[in-house]
Amino acid sequence: MTRIRWGWVAVAAVPAVFIGYFFIYPVARILGLGLAELDVGASGLDARLLRIAGFTLWQATLSTILTLVAAAPLTWAVSTYEFRGRRLATALITVPFVLPTVVVGTAFVSLGFGDSIWAILAAHVFFNIAVVVRTVSTLWSRIDPQLEEAAHVLGATSWQVFRRVTLPLLKPAIAAAASIVFLFTFTSFGVVLILGGFEFATLEVEIYRQAVTLFDLPLAATLAIVQLVGVTGALYAYSRYQERKTVTWTLESASNRRAPIGPARALVALSVLTTIGALSIPLLALVTRSFSGEFYRSLFESDPVVGRPISAVGNSLLFAFIAMGIATLVGVMAAAVITGRRGSLSRWFDLTLMLPLGTSAVTIGFGFIVALGWPVDLRASLWLIPIAHALVAVPFVVRSTVPTLRSIPAETREAASVLGASPSRVWREIDLPIVSRAVLVGAAFAFVVSLGEFGATSFVARPNTPTIPTMIFRLLGRPGETSFGMAMAMAVVLAALTAGIVMWIDRAQVGEVGRF
Amino acid sequence: MSRTQTTVGAVMALALVLAACSSGASEESPQTITLMAHDSFAGGVTDATFAPFTQETGIEVKVIAAGDAGLMVNQAILTKDNPLADVLFGVDDTFLSRALDEEIFLIHKAKDIGRVAPDLVDRKHRVTPIDFGDVCINYDKSWFESTSLAVPDDLADLRANLYASHLTVEHPATSSPGLAFMLATIFEFGEEGWLDYWADLRRAGVNVATDWNSAYYGDFFRYGGQSSMVVSYASSPPAEVIFAEEPTDTAPTGVIEAGCYRQVEYAGVLAGTDFPEAAAKLVDYMLSVGFQETIPLTWFVFPANQDAELPQVFVDHAIVPEDPARFSAGYIAENRDRWINEWIVVMEG
Repeated sequence: MTRIRWGWVAVAAVPAVFIGYFFIYPVARILGLGLAELDVGASGLDARLLRIAGFTLWQATLSTILTLVAAAPLTWAVSTYEFRGRRLATALITVPFVLPTVVVGTAFVSLGFGDSIWAILAAHVFFNIAVVVRTVSTLWSRIDPQLEEAAHVLGATSWQVFRRVTLPLLKPAIAAAASIVFLFTFTSFGVVLILGGFEFATLEVEIYRQAVTLFDLPLAATLAIVQLVGVTGALYAYSRYQERKTVTWTLESASNRRAPIGPARALVALSVLTTIGALSIPLLALVTRSFSGEFYRSLFESDPVVGRPISAVGNSLLFAFIAMGIATLVGVMAAAVITGRRGSLSRWFDLTLMLPLGTSAVTIGFGFIVALGWPVDLRASLWLIPIAHALVAVPFVVRSTVPTLRSIPAETREAASVLGASPSRVWREIDLPIVSRAVLVGAAFAFVVSLGEFGATSFVARPNTPTIPTMIFRLLGRPGETSFGMAMAMAVVLAALTAGIVMWIDRAQVGEVGRF
Repeated sequence: MSRTQTTVGAVMALALVLAACSSGASEESPQTITLMAHDSFAGGVTDATFAPFTQETGIEVKVIAAGDAGLMVNQAILTKDNPLADVLFGVDDTFLSRALDEEIFLIHKAKDIGRVAPDLVDRKHRVTPIDFGDVCINYDKSWFESTSLAVPDDLADLRANLYASHLTVEHPATSSPGLAFMLATIFEFGEEGWLDYWADLRRAGVNVATDWNSAYYGDFFRYGGQSSMVVSYASSPPAEVIFAEEPTDTAPTGVIEAGCYRQVEYAGVLAGTDFPEAAAKLVDYMLSVGFQETIPLTWFVFPANQDAELPQVFVDHAIVPEDPARFSAGYIAENRDRWINEWIVVMEG
């Protein structure tokens, strides 16, 4: 038995209370309420529901694989090479991530995509490619080049080096990115509805239908549990894999990108241009439509119906910064706990923190309104918006931080402790410099998660404070050329803001810390 | 009496006094009344919307947006004992039964209820009609001019391949106008004929969109799509005039007057409110001429109060169909799920 370390308990308490009060408790309350009315035997899982569950799993798996494949060339280019426009490219790919589904849906439909499984898969790749590129390249760019050089010296070909040296080192990061993409697509709602039509229902869509349209809470709760079990199973498999595959080695705290020379130049150019080009097609449709009139100027003028549209930007930014702060604090503390102590407790802790990303928004939203009325009535409070966003954003911070933290050899920390460093000093001087880059990647995602209004907020009563996505919905909710044009212009503002702020966060490399 | 008992007694008495004070004081003049509404109503609320009400009563109105109409009603039911708001607005006939069955509203006979067309009024006054809108097929005038085809007169005309292949409807399970249009066909062709009608439309190539957004801005010819006709609202043409890029006097779209379905939206005082009187005042205000006259140009629906004057652009470009289809809330509640499932079998099976 080791002595209880109160410092760790304190660090663990913050994420534990957060996830406990804002996720486990509300979800348990609403599921309990639904199941209490369950008439066992009467509402069974019929063939249709099993088919929906099967389709949900199948499309999420396929979407994840396709996203990994589609992201590979760009990930390779931005991880290995330093070139002009690299930062811009990694910022641009996050733009699809925040765009409201209804906007992308309209763009896809106008391009002739629609009502097919291919449209759903293409949209899932479109939305999630950034998750893979950004999560994996954080690790890849800092692999000690000496490892690869040594393999070369020993006679390995480039492909052998990648397969035998680089890929095994990257597996934890690839698995981390894949787990997030899987959860996102497993709970896909808007994309499936808008691009698939009604025939391709996912569990998420069916839960919404049962809970909202039919108000069959017992069946909705049953489905929510099926969804939770599926997500938990996938996450459990992932965490076992993660633990088995993690290799510890010393990451460089600065990146090791080099200038591309010779044939590599052409390959890098090809990778970047094709990926960005493909992602740009729907975006260009958007930009073109936004410039077909004086719509940007109208955003700054007072509209009798929706007010001054541009004022939504301030609200969005405020919520996003608060959500990012909460998610980063909770996520980094959680990552420290998860990597600090091995064993099943920390594995389940990790898994629980991931669950909000894989739980239907209706479940969480209804959970909020039945559970959060006491002791302080948080329902319909402004604070609930960034908190709900943070709930979904914490997994991003955890997933981008844990692989890097795990790679730090225990001996390094032990050496520091032996030399007299306190646990907090070990964290500050050993872990933080190495991990800060990964934390920033997570923080940037937390920011865009909030800008894009992910999570339960769109499914729950909230103060009538317009954000950019809700303003886009308002404008798109009425007929007329200027309504449509202003919505497109607003979407472009959202895109530009996302790219700009992600670039800015990316720049905030913790340069002062220096190389470890 | 022991010392402890005395203390307990004193504390209890104090608590009672405090409770009486707080509830008594707030019952008379709440600072703020909370109005729960669906997103599309909340989206049109600005500082000016309830300013006259606040001026008159000294009560501020806080608006919370609660998602679509179905989400809103369910949230109101789930929080029946500890409501999120004092007044709910935006429940329509398709979800009304559920709300009434759960008894989430207090009875209140609004001041101007006598000025509302009787067929819109709930006889038990659990809810108050505030506005109505007609879901109708819209068509692109330029398309019909360029093809010199006649605009179809009614739903039956749409059976022809020529027309049905140029029509986009919304899915009744995911879209409120989609559901309304399905109801219009049931009203028109009856239980025995409506599914055949849809089978004909399907055979002729009707297009089904998920929601109004993707139908209107994705599939409608006016916005670059393939369909010259789309299920929208009778008030969409005036919106096209108001939100046109170049100022114009003629609407680019028209409305087919036959085969419309009337949607009515109601407000109600939520049972469990601490301020029933103030809440009732807000409902009265929403039915008063002053508020009612702001409805058309903000939410593009028609005021329920017949004394409210329509803005000129509505008089010029909007249509109020003569005999729109309408079913009672109870009849819809009984049959909706079956109808939607039957529709899905015909359209997707």
